This record gives sequence, C-alpha cells and structure tokens, in this order.
Amino acid sequence: MRIVPFAISTIVTAGLVFALNKQWGTIPPVGKFVSPQHGFWQNAEPTGEGFNAELNFPELKGKADVYFDERLVPHVFAENDEDLYFIQGFLHAKFRLFQMDLQTKAAAGRASEIAGPKAINFDKEQRRLGMVYAAENAMKEMDKDPATKIMFDAYTNGVNAYIKSLKEAELPVEYKLLNFKPEEWTNFRTALLLKMMAKMLSSGTENDLSNTNAKSIFIPDELKAMYPQVHDSLAPIVPKGTVFEKPGIVPVQPATADSLYFGNKEVIAAKEISKPDINNGSNNWVVAGSKTQSGVPILSNDPHLELSLPSIWYEMQLQTPTSNTYGVSLPGSPFVIIGFNDSIAWGVTNAQRDVKDYYNIKFKDNTKQEYWFNGKWEKSARKVETIKVKGGADVLDTVAYTVFGPVMFDEAFSNDFSNKRNLAVRWAAHDPSNDGITFYKLNRAKNYDEYADAIKTFDCPGQNFVFASKTGDIAIWQQGKFPARWNRQGLYVMPGEDSSYMWQGFIPQAENPHSKNPVEGFLQSANQRPVDSTYPYFIPGSYITPRGITISNKLTAMSGITPDDMMKLQNNYFNTLGEDARSILTGYVKENELNATEKKYLDILRNWDLMATPDSKGQTIYQCWWDSLEIGIWKDELSRTTPISPFPDEQTTMELLKRDTALKFIDDITTTKQETLFDVVTIALKKASVELAKAEAEGKLEWTKFKNPTVYHLLKDALPAFARKGLPVGGNGNIVNAITHSHGPSWRMVVQMSTPTEAYGVYPGGQSGNPGSQYYDDYLDNWVAGKYNKLWFMREGDRTDKNVKWTMKFSKG
Amino acid sequence: MKFLVATILTALLAFISGLFLPWWGIAITSLLVAVIIHQKAGKAFLAGMLGVFALWAGLAAWINLQNQGIMAKKIAAVLPLGGNPVYLILFTAFIGGLVAGFAAMSGSFLRSSKESR
Repeated sequence: MRIVPFAISTIVTAGLVFALNKQWGTIPPVGKFVSPQHGFWQNAEPTGEGFNAELNFPELKGKADVYFDERLVPHVFAENDEDLYFIQGFLHAKFRLFQMDLQTKAAAGRASEIAGPKAINFDKEQRRLGMVYAAENAMKEMDKDPATKIMFDAYTNGVNAYIKSLKEAELPVEYKLLNFKPEEWTNFRTALLLKMMAKMLSSGTENDLSNTNAKSIFIPDELKAMYPQVHDSLAPIVPKGTVFEKPGIVPVQPATADSLYFGNKEVIAAKEISKPDINNGSNNWVVAGSKTQSGVPILSNDPHLELSLPSIWYEMQLQTPTSNTYGVSLPGSPFVIIGFNDSIAWGVTNAQRDVKDYYNIKFKDNTKQEYWFNGKWEKSARKVETIKVKGGADVLDTVAYTVFGPVMFDEAFSNDFSNKRNLAVRWAAHDPSNDGITFYKLNRAKNYDEYADAIKTFDCPGQNFVFASKTGDIAIWQQGKFPARWNRQGLYVMPGEDSSYMWQGFIPQAENPHSKNPVEGFLQSANQRPVDSTYPYFIPGSYITPRGITISNKLTAMSGITPDDMMKLQNNYFNTLGEDARSILTGYVKENELNATEKKYLDILRNWDLMATPDSKGQTIYQCWWDSLEIGIWKDELSRTTPISPFPDEQTTMELLKRDTALKFIDDITTTKQETLFDVVTIALKKASVELAKAEAEGKLEWTKFKNPTVYHLLKDALPAFARKGLPVGGNGNIVNAITHSHGPSWRMVVQMSTPTEAYGVYPGGQSGNPGSQYYDDYLDNWVAGKYNKLWFMREGDRTDKNVKWTMKFSKG
Repeated sequence: MKFLVATILTALLAFISGLFLPWWGIAITSLLVAVIIHQKAGKAFLAGMLGVFALWAGLAAWINLQNQGIMAKKIAAVLPLGGNPVYLILFTAFIGGLVAGFAAMSGSFLRSSKESR
C-alpha cells in the first residue's frame, strides 16, 4: 500500500506550488517569479534585441511607420492626427506601462492597492486634496471639445491596444514583483496624470498652514522681513524697467481682515504628508540672434524634477503631413510637452505661484452635513471615498465639499495633531480646464501669434513658456490662471464663514507677466518672482532667486553664443548665493576661538572657488556651515509653535544679514546672553565641524560623496537594486546645474533655430522602462558627464537613412 | 537508462508545458513522467528534480548570456543573492527542481499504489 506516501508527497507538492504561487509580504510569488518561461527572466531583453514589427489594429485609419534610431527614439510618421496619437499611446505603453499605471493610481489616491496599509494616509490626502475631483472637472472640459476628445480617445485606444496584446510573461517586471496586473487606460487617467503634474508644481508653492503659525508669534513687520515678497537682488523674468498697465481688476480687502485675519493668533496643527519638493523648478532661457554666433535664436530648457528610473520623460518625434514635432512627452499623455517643430521651439519652467488657499469651516455638528456660510447653514456635499488596501480591509473616508472646495483636514484626518480644525482647500487645479490642448496647438504653432494663442488657455500649473522662432522672435509668458489677491490675501488660513475672503477674480490673461524681443537680447526664467515690485498685483509664491541671477549675469556678459556655450551654462556650477554668504561666514567668525579642525575648514572655505563641482570640499563646508547658521538664527524663534513655523529661505537670510549685522533674530532667545553675529557664526562653524569631521573620516568631504546623487527607481527604497547611486555630479537646488541628492535637471535641451534646426538633448535615464533592457539607463552616463545627444530631426526623405535601426509598421486590420 | 529517459522526458515536457500552462505545469508533467516511466520513489524524485533543474538552469543561463547579465544582477540584489547572477540561476533551477522532484515522487507512489492493488 503506497497510498499514504502518495498522499504525503502530493500534499507536499501542492503545498510547495501553493506557497511558491503566493505573495508573502514583500516577497513575490517565487515560483512564478523565477520561472524562466514566465517570470523575470522573460524581461531580460537580449542585448541587440530587434524592435522590428508589423502590427495591425482595427482602430487605425491608415498606414503609419515608426522608425527607431540607435538610441531607441521613435520617429513616428502617420497619415493623420488620430493614428499619430494612437501610436504614441501604444509606444508609451510598450516602453513605460508600469510607470503610467503607478503614477495615475497614486494620483487618484489608490497607492494602497499596490503598497498596502502604509499608503493609506497618502491616499486619503490625495483624495482630500481633491485630485480625483480636479481630474473629473478637467474631463468635463476635455469632453466638451469634440476635436480634442478625438485625440485623447485615440491615445487611450493606443495604450489599450498594447495592454490587450500583452501576454502574462511579457508583463513589466514590476508587476511580477508586486504581483498585480495593469488596468485598462482611460481618458480620465490622462486627466489624472496632468493633475499629478499640477500637484507637483502648484500645490507645494505655498506655506499657508505653517505661515499661519508664524503669524501667531511674529508682528507684521517681522513677518514681512522674514518672508519677503521681493528679494533685493532679484533678476526677474520680465526685464526690470518694463512698464505694467493699470490692473484690470482691483480686489478689495474685507472689512474684517484686521481682526479676523491678520489679528487671528490661532495656531494650525494640520500638516501635509506628501508636500511636493520645494526644488521642483527649472531653468529656461532664450537668446536672440543678436547675441549668437549663427545670428539665429537659441533656446534652452532644463526642467528640475524628482529624478527617477524610468524617467518622467519619453523622447520622440511625431510627424503627419501637416505637423512635425520633436521633443519629450509624458507617458500617460499625448503630445510633445517640451520641444520644437519646423518653425518654433518652446520650453517650460514652473511659475512657483501660490494658487492654493485654506479656509476655516464651521460645521453645525459632527455629521458635517451643514456649514455656516453667509449667515445661514449651507448643505455640504459629502463624498464617501473607498480606499482599497492590498492585504487589508477597505478603508472608508468621508470628505465634505464646501463652496470653497473639499475639506482636506478635519478630526478624521489631521495627522495626529491635537488641534482639530476643519480646513477646506481652494486650489486652482480644481477649476475646469483643458490644459492638454495647449500642447496640441504648440506642437503645430508656426510663429509668435500661434504660440501666444496656444498657451492662452493653459490654466494650471502656471508655467513660464519660453519661445523662439525661425523668424527670429524670442518671447516668454508666465501663463496660468492666477487669483487676483488683495494685499497678503491667502498667505494664511482664511475665515470661511462668508464669501468676503473668497477669490474675487483672476488676473486677466493679457496682464500675465510676459516679454517679447527685449533690448537685452535674451530672456530667462529660473523659478524666481516673475516681475519686480512695480507689478500691480500681489503674487505670493515659493520663489527661488539665485539661479536667475547667475543666468542673467552670464547671458548679459555673453556674445557670439553657440549651442555649446548654452550646454556649458546648463551645466554651470557657480554658487551665486555662496559668494555673498561666504563673506558673512568668513567675515564674522572668531578665529581665535577655533580649534585646529575648525580652522582647517575655515581655510578651505576661504580658498573655495565658489564652484559646486563634484570634488569640491569648499561647497560641502559652505553648505553645512550655512545650514548650521540658519538653524542657529531661526530655530529658537520658530520653534515657539507646533508644528514649527517655516524657515525663511536662504536668500532672505543672506540679504537680512547683509543689510543688518545686528539683526534681532540673531540672538538665541533660549539663553540669557545676548548673542552677536560673531557668536552665532562661530557656534555654527563649531557645530558644522562635528558633522564635517565625521564626513571626512568616512571619506565624504567631497561634495558629490557628501550628497550621494542618486536616480531612484519609481518605487524608491523598495527597489534599491533598480537605482543608480553615487553619481559623480555636483550642483545644488540654487545652482544652475540644480542637482540635489535625487532631484535635478530631468531633461536638458538646447535648440538652435537654424536651417536645418540644430538640437541637443539628454535626460538621466533611457527610453525603455524595463530594468532588464540595455536602454533602461543608457543616457545616464552622458547626463552625468554634461554631454548631450544630437537630436535627429528626421525628414520624409530619411526613411532609408542609416540612422534607422528598426522599423515598426502599423496598418489598419 | 530508465533514469536518463525519465530525466530527459521531464525536461522536455516541462518546457512544452511552459509554453502553454502557468509555471506550475511542471508539477503535472513531472508527475506524468513518473507514472509513465516507473521508478522507485527516490529515483523518481531525483529524475524529476534533475530534469527541471537542468531545464531551468539552462534556460536561465541562456537568457542571462543574451542579456549580458543586466537583469540578473539587479534581481540577484533584490532577492537578495548578493547581486550574483550565478547564484540566481542556481536558485531558479533549485525552485523548479524541488517542485518537480516532489511531483515526480507522487507519480511514483501513484503508480505503485495502483499496482499494489
């Protein structure tokens, strides 16, 4: 009788299969995952893999050819727009499906479906911020215009055509690791992606919650000094001296503002969990033919974003008989976002404007069904959010919607702080708009007027659209839908019990900051305040001043400019702020009180060439010392509230000290002694030296070793093996080459408007999202070295050119 | 001879199953082989184990060679196997072999239990 052993071994086999087919915590289903015919081995793309294919889809109207060059950049030649965007969707999905799927799920507050319980609070915040609400409003607008709906539909069909063709063994490796499957694409997911960009670029540009805390402890003059609107050394986007017209709208300060708003000393205990990085910014500039060697304009752009593998950008050329565009696209959206066509080139940087405010809501009771507004109880709309959680039960979260917008913080969601308030959020991204259409039009714009018309309807996130044309025009517009604010409106949480504190209107589009063909012969934007103090509107924001100064100074001094000069400028390491800050540090240190180590660091700083190069020790010492000084000056005062009030930005601190070396904030209020600038600068060096000595002992005093520049995989710490660490680059957020630990120039582009167009570009990644492909990170080393790829603007006659490595033929069928 | 035939047949059927069935198809085919070519449990286990071990090791090594180790280095750091593709290939083969071995043993017992009636 062998029944018993048969039963035992069968149970063991079945148990093994079961155990190896199931995900355990973060361990993927091992059997499925390692099977060479099903699992990750299938994603190990043979080097030298071909991409030739003949594909038939019933959705296509005609024939189309896609030519891949040796860098795997597709040059799409279609007969009409619909086929063009169908193919763009197909290619995005083929090379970047996981990224598109993950990002839009996260945008919609569905990260817990993939990441499990740890993402629940992130998801709640996304939904309470109104990300889905914003995308729904955008969808309505997209659907209103049949011509644009056709493009979005075609794109969506293209993505889904790829998803449908996908066999399980071909799923991107991340799906196999995390054990889930891609979800069907929709136009709504494209809208979500654009709202993800809106959050990235226009949600972190205010500090209303913590500013409100600062207001509770500082008097108005102190607040104005610590958080100034215009820096002394600002090099604005619109050249100084430009005369602005009388404002078309003059908002009125409510009568109760002094008592209920400015005079309100309450502390707000709420805090955002996933506030976008303050370094989300960018550089762009354009020089006129008068300043270039070739006599034609040169346009440059490098958007600074969180760097990731796969990259946020996918490079491509899109051609039909009526249009021909080259540049980078966002997987998840049709169109080229930054690039050039036969007639013009354009680029974007972030406007950094504050377009998000909070209102204090008074509810009748805990059910939140009614709130007090304009003297009576108004009904709120209530939306029950269901958050699905991997490996856990669904989480329900009820969000009340008021006339201002969704109630983001209330007692059900206030980040464990005790002070529970109902704060509704008013955010420009909530307003209906069809922002994608701007790029459809820009891709086809032939001159300044068509560019100006294309960007006119772009509402959020506000961007600086820089422009150059083959006819020699250069221009820039800061474009967005910006609220017209009364002085200091929306810097702090506002009363929400009546309509008097609501936005009274928007700055008329024609009055947005702009300039065309200025006498200076160049235009630049680098996230600074767009205009000087003569602009007739109150425009708060999270501006970054130093990069604009460096770029402006360099471009002023340059002539006979070549594309190579522009590449060098994009990779420039000069620390403009460090120049001023160093004189404060070295000028006020009490040398006789320093030990040998501290003295050594002081000497290195004195001899520093002010360049944040990878091997610079001076940059590391400067940064540590300066950060330590900022803590010494501000932390004692700002810690009087919980959460802590915001630190003034470093440009402000430097300018305050430059103006007044006896600044009252220098004194440490926690000691009885009256500290001077000499005291705090010296103490700051002593404290920084401890950190520096530790770094030096570990061989990390060189700037690049100190900050360890890294391009993470989208899943960050969950997949360190898919990241590239220790990249030998310098730079910093306030330096033109704005590389921080994991953030920086996500695409560098230089376009000379000659005939033929001469264009260069590089991004820190590669065209394929597959970590098992040689094209996953093949541009990264060039990016590190400051080298560029020459962009091949393929012509109709190049179809048999030797640059064509592979061809994908699409036809109806 | 029987052992060798069983081993080769296990590998062959496992490969074919991989083209059509989920990964655990190797359990079914290995069991079948052990039923058809009857050996004692221990030998059947070894033949099943060896057959799929060799198949999976071979496939993984071939893919790894074509890919120049790009993927294996990364996955061997995720799993974690010290970033060593060779360990990853051996681990892959061991997992497949283990399942196939037990399945084949079941097949051997199944045949014996039928014959003992």
